[in-house]
Amino acid sequence: MGVMKRLTNIVQAKANKVLDKAEDPRETLDLSYEKQIEQLQQVKRGLADVATAKKRIELQAQQLQQAASKLQNQARQALAQNREDLATQALTRRSGIATQLEGLKTQHDQLAQQQERLEATTQQLQARVEAFRTQKETLKASYTAAQAQTRIGEAVSGISESMSDTGLAMQRAQDKIAQMQARAGAVDELLASGTLTDLSGSSDPIQAELDKAAASGDVELQLAQMKAELNPPAAAPSGALGAGTPGASDEPVDGELVHDGPRATAAPTAPADPFTLDDAGGAS
Amino acid sequence: MIVRILGEGQFELAESQIASLEELDQKLVAALDANDEPTFRAVLTRLVQSVRSEGTPVPADRFVPSKLTLPPETASLAELRELLASEDVGES
Repeated sequence: MGVMKRLTNIVQAKANKVLDKAEDPRETLDLSYEKQIEQLQQVKRGLADVATAKKRIELQAQQLQQAASKLQNQARQALAQNREDLATQALTRRSGIATQLEGLKTQHDQLAQQQERLEATTQQLQARVEAFRTQKETLKASYTAAQAQTRIGEAVSGISESMSDTGLAMQRAQDKIAQMQARAGAVDELLASGTLTDLSGSSDPIQAELDKAAASGDVELQLAQMKAELNPPAAAPSGALGAGTPGASDEPVDGELVHDGPRATAAPTAPADPFTLDDAGGAS
Repeated sequence: MIVRILGEGQFELAESQIASLEELDQKLVAALDANDEPTFRAVLTRLVQSVRSEGTPVPADRFVPSKLTLPPETASLAELRELLASEDVGES
């Protein structure tokens, strides 16, 4: 059997389950209408859930962006202090953030698509419920006529099929929300545990090693870029860039990076797309 | 003949337009069996788009059951497989 026929059977089987068939077809009309109203409310709640889920992803993307800018500043500070090892760590973590952002973007797109779909479904269902309400009164009034019974049957299976379709659409949206929540939970944990921002902590050295290996190519490149920035080929020795940390090179750095030192004022320029990192370096 | 695109609505098509849909449906089944996502994607898109362009949308105040049902255009192969898996439960 083809896919189209099989799907029809599935949707109609679901529709039959949704429907409470009463002895009197006129009661079936009323029961079915009650179900429609119920479902309409469910879809509206579902829509609110999708919007909330989308919002959460957007907020997380912002937080990740902030963490990424901070790491980039830290990497720059570290290089200025000749701590290439720390700079490497910072850039490695930053590259981990870029991966997270990509994942978030995919989910954001999927949710946006679900939201669009559900909105259309809701509008359609609303119009159908309204039309059904008027028709059921007409059908009830003419019930004595023999053909009315068939028409009631058809109207009811027509609308329950729509409801079963809407039910599937809601299921799809809920699946996407569940996937998003799993990831969002992981990102929240990551942000909360401080592993993204606390460079000195190195609470998970193995993961850091793994990340480093995975991201080393990218990191090498960024290191090279930053070095070039710090040591312009023909200019005076790092005039503007070194100005913030006088004498820093003589002092032991202690593994700690100053989080809000003068260099940190290099304000991160917010990129237009919240899901991609600005790899140009964002030097002010 | 009424055809439903899941998540989108119903369309009315002439009987003569169904044969080409059935043909595409067979290709969809083959892609599904072969786990061939690119072909699946292409065939599903053609199927959904031809129903949309050749059919007339069923108005909101007309309540009729569908003869054929299509998955949402964006459904992945895995999603359709899952949907079809509910068949045994649904038909009981």
